[in-house]
Amino acid sequence: MDTRRGALAVPKVRRVGFFTSAIEPTQDSSQRPNRSQSGPVEATTSSSPLSDSPSGNLISPVLIPPSRHHSDNLTSRAVAAAAAPVPVPGPAAFRRYLAHDRGLNVGSYNPPDSLLGTSPPSSNGEFSEDSVSLFGFQRSDSAKLSASFPNGGFDLTLAVRAPQEPEPKIATVSASEVTKKIAEVSGKSESVTTKPQKEKEPKSLKDKTTKAERRAIQEAQRAAKAAAKGEGNRRADESGKANPGKAAKKPQPKKERLPATSSVSVKTAVAVEKEKRMDVPQTQMQYDDKSRVEKAKKRAVVEQTESKNKVELFLHLPQYERGNQLPDLSSNIFILDTIHHAVYKVGLQHLAGDISGDNARCIAMLQAFQEAIKDYTTPPMKDLTMDLTTKINGYVSFLIECRPLSMSMGNAIRFLKNQIRKLPVNLSEPEAKASLCSDIGRFIDEKIILADKVIVQHAVTKIRDGEVLLTYGFSCVVEMILLYAHEIGKKFRVVIVDSRPNLEGQKLLRRLVTRGLDCTYTHINAISYIMREATRVFLGASSIFSNGTLYSKVGTACVAMVANAFSVPVIVCCEAYKFHERVLLDSICTNELGDPDAVASIPSFSTKAKHLKTMDNNKNLQFLNLMYDSTPSEYISMIVSDYGMIPPTSIPVIVREYRREHLLL
Amino acid sequence: MPDVQSTVVEFVNKLRKRKIEGSQATAKCTVELLRSVISYQRVPHANQAAALIDAVKAVGQQLVAANPVELAVGNVVRRVLHIIREEDLSLTTAAMAGLDLLDASDDDDVDNCKGIGYPAMSAAVVAAAARSTLRPPSLQTLLEGTPESATVPYTSSSGADSESKTADKSSLTRKLKHDVIEGVNQLIHEIAGCHEQIAEQAIEHIHQNEVILTLGSSRTVLEFLCAAKEKKRSFRVFVAEGAPRYQGHLLAKELVARGLQTTVITDSAVFAMISRVNMVIIGAHAVMANGGVIGPVGVNMAALAAKKHAVPFVVLAGSHKLCPLYPHNPEVLLNELRSPSELLDFGEFSDCLDSGAGSGSLQVVNPTFDYVPPNLVSLFITDTGGHNPSYMYRLIADYYSADDLVM
Repeated sequence: MDTRRGALAVPKVRRVGFFTSAIEPTQDSSQRPNRSQSGPVEATTSSSPLSDSPSGNLISPVLIPPSRHHSDNLTSRAVAAAAAPVPVPGPAAFRRYLAHDRGLNVGSYNPPDSLLGTSPPSSNGEFSEDSVSLFGFQRSDSAKLSASFPNGGFDLTLAVRAPQEPEPKIATVSASEVTKKIAEVSGKSESVTTKPQKEKEPKSLKDKTTKAERRAIQEAQRAAKAAAKGEGNRRADESGKANPGKAAKKPQPKKERLPATSSVSVKTAVAVEKEKRMDVPQTQMQYDDKSRVEKAKKRAVVEQTESKNKVELFLHLPQYERGNQLPDLSSNIFILDTIHHAVYKVGLQHLAGDISGDNARCIAMLQAFQEAIKDYTTPPMKDLTMDLTTKINGYVSFLIECRPLSMSMGNAIRFLKNQIRKLPVNLSEPEAKASLCSDIGRFIDEKIILADKVIVQHAVTKIRDGEVLLTYGFSCVVEMILLYAHEIGKKFRVVIVDSRPNLEGQKLLRRLVTRGLDCTYTHINAISYIMREATRVFLGASSIFSNGTLYSKVGTACVAMVANAFSVPVIVCCEAYKFHERVLLDSICTNELGDPDAVASIPSFSTKAKHLKTMDNNKNLQFLNLMYDSTPSEYISMIVSDYGMIPPTSIPVIVREYRREHLLL
Repeated sequence: MPDVQSTVVEFVNKLRKRKIEGSQATAKCTVELLRSVISYQRVPHANQAAALIDAVKAVGQQLVAANPVELAVGNVVRRVLHIIREEDLSLTTAAMAGLDLLDASDDDDVDNCKGIGYPAMSAAVVAAAARSTLRPPSLQTLLEGTPESATVPYTSSSGADSESKTADKSSLTRKLKHDVIEGVNQLIHEIAGCHEQIAEQAIEHIHQNEVILTLGSSRTVLEFLCAAKEKKRSFRVFVAEGAPRYQGHLLAKELVARGLQTTVITDSAVFAMISRVNMVIIGAHAVMANGGVIGPVGVNMAALAAKKHAVPFVVLAGSHKLCPLYPHNPEVLLNELRSPSELLDFGEFSDCLDSGAGSGSLQVVNPTFDYVPPNLVSLFITDTGGHNPSYMYRLIADYYSADDLVM
């Protein structure tokens, strides 16, 4: 455990350095001069980071409870004292408090922000981190529960707290138990904070819960966190060496932006954990959670009707009846004022399937954001950073309603939010907008267009004369590679494998044949037949996860598997901005469901098999139209990215390095 | 004879034009045709078995040539030949037995017997030679020491009959033909009934809440799953649609009609879904002697995925699908390319083909079958029970005689 923590601490140190924008909110600096203490704040506005805390604040900050909550204060101190020789219970609860409040205020889809509250500070024990991620971030039942019953969470935390108050030692003795409970609690609170991710109206959640209730929740969380801190600090002490360094690295600009800084500083404090989890809320909502789905529906702009006959394994994914909402939506494109019309248009295009392909979708989205930012004016009395983030969040949740985001789009959105967050405060509004627009433009140019060119240059070196290149479906990078290789005079043959229902391969086939390439076209079932001819397999990607799993168009895994069985090298072409630090094992947990009717309807030429749509209403018959699947990394020989040609095992490295650059960009 | 010839030609044409498809249907038609061939065949007094064999072989060669990919035709022809040989042998041994009895008392009978079948050889030698060629020693025959009892249940009765009739030449001639037709009838019965035999075993292999993946449209699979359903097992079936022929849709329709929970998935989703599947059950087009399987296109992909996820890959095959050949390059040699129009509409692509002077070429590959090597198959379920792929060659030895392997 110790060694592990020590090892882990190193990258954390490196990473924190890049979170330049934040400072630690401190209030009661008198108590612990060289550590930051996050004071209790009634609301984000009431308390402000008065003093820019010096270095060590992150590592072992003390929870200074608000004067109003003396009992909490006592508890946490007692727990802390009992738990660790160095009495440094973390300000996690407070952070949660802050973040929670902010989440409520912002009330929008802002994963990093909303997550802040839950992510324990870096000094926290490994266990509690894990447990939090286990219980809280996986949107477990407890999270769902508390989402629907905020009070439930409160009761439970009270129960957790109760034994601690009289005899604090219990907390340390059964530390793991406590942390587990805390994890639960934090899961709850997390859900409370992440709940607004789909909200249009920032304050809606706030309105729903009364002030007293929220306060109660926060109290409970604070107490729970304090206990967690006690536990965590002990371990933190053991690996404490890394922490001061980390804190020292943290620069401290921007005291000026008072309302924002508090949350931003929280961000910095938990930068490492946050980074790990940032993306989690960006993944799809779990649609088997009825209460949350109901809530999301109320807020939704797009009225999607859930289809009735869903496949049991995929209840957690949204499946909508298609095609009925489009006319309505396109008619009120100019009426709706919450969504910028450019974004609205892109959303509709996604919904209708006019834009397909990850790069195209991502570029369309970014360009729409660009326009939206151009037309944006900060409302009076509001901060550009916060308000714009809120706006973007609203757009994003609208886009999600239209079609679940691809991983690469999630990455791009994260980039944009980072840019907004990092805007220097002294920038005037037009300047800020211009800077953001140029950032977006640069992202499109560098991360997508230029990256593709680099990939083409790399991949072409792998094509030799007389080869038979097999590709699956339609990937624009692969298309560029093939065309370029043809242009520079390489002699090769292309096998295009296609699959129902989208038959994207036909598009590629058409383009290649018109450009004069020799093509063979077949369907995915014949892959074992055709694979013996192939000498290389080129595949596109939707995303590559940090365990090397390739997440791509459904069927890619089949092709890669058969290629592997026939000992044909599989080359995956993927821009580095699509790399994702999540991990994935199967194709069930994360996926997207397409239109089941597309599977049900079959071309007219096959006369024998009749249309099954007549049996549509039969409860026993379902159609499953998966959009993606995940290819295990052992089937991938090589990944060609803009960082060069790498094995799948190098993905986590690239992700780490890339993320760093990403934030600096 | 002429009408037999015309039915043969008609059937050959049907095979050639792929009017008859599916191993079950072709097997049934073939065996019925062969029965009529045998019954119309004039049998000479001398060496009648050889005459029958020649006639069946001649027709069989035509049929096989008409559709070499439809291995069931060859299998059935070989089975019929085997039946003829067996009947002949059993008659001979019975005759020998009768001969032994009569030997001491009556010399004429001996002459008769010799005149009929084996004029030059001694009975014991003939029987031994025939036995060794026809029936390689199986464990059962070794243990029981009664070669005929296992596979030819009616031998004893016919033996008893023949004993009384050995003296009558014409009756003996008729006897062979009659027995052969009897045997062929039994074969017809067996082919027709193999579904039930296989389906009976369903309950042993499917448990509650199982998730089963299948592809292609096979009546055997349908019956198998329904049999388990009838036994009150509730389970879920994923059916890969099997583009471009969409036979999965047919199967799904039937399964739904019988009340099974069915989900149709695209073929490309096979790998994605296999991790949640408990068993892959497919119907074979043919089973080769090495235990390899020829099935509907896409089967190899499913088998590889199943292997990767350690999901049992079960093949259902009636005994008429057992082919005594060892496959060589079966993906190409035992395959058939269907019309490209099933994949691409020619009209759509005609424009881009002749648009530019230097435009590329376009080939469309649309194979029908897929070969699954034996190491990917977990279990064969035939009408005689479950078998390992490595046991297939042995099973085949029970059904075919070595002389007929090359027709």
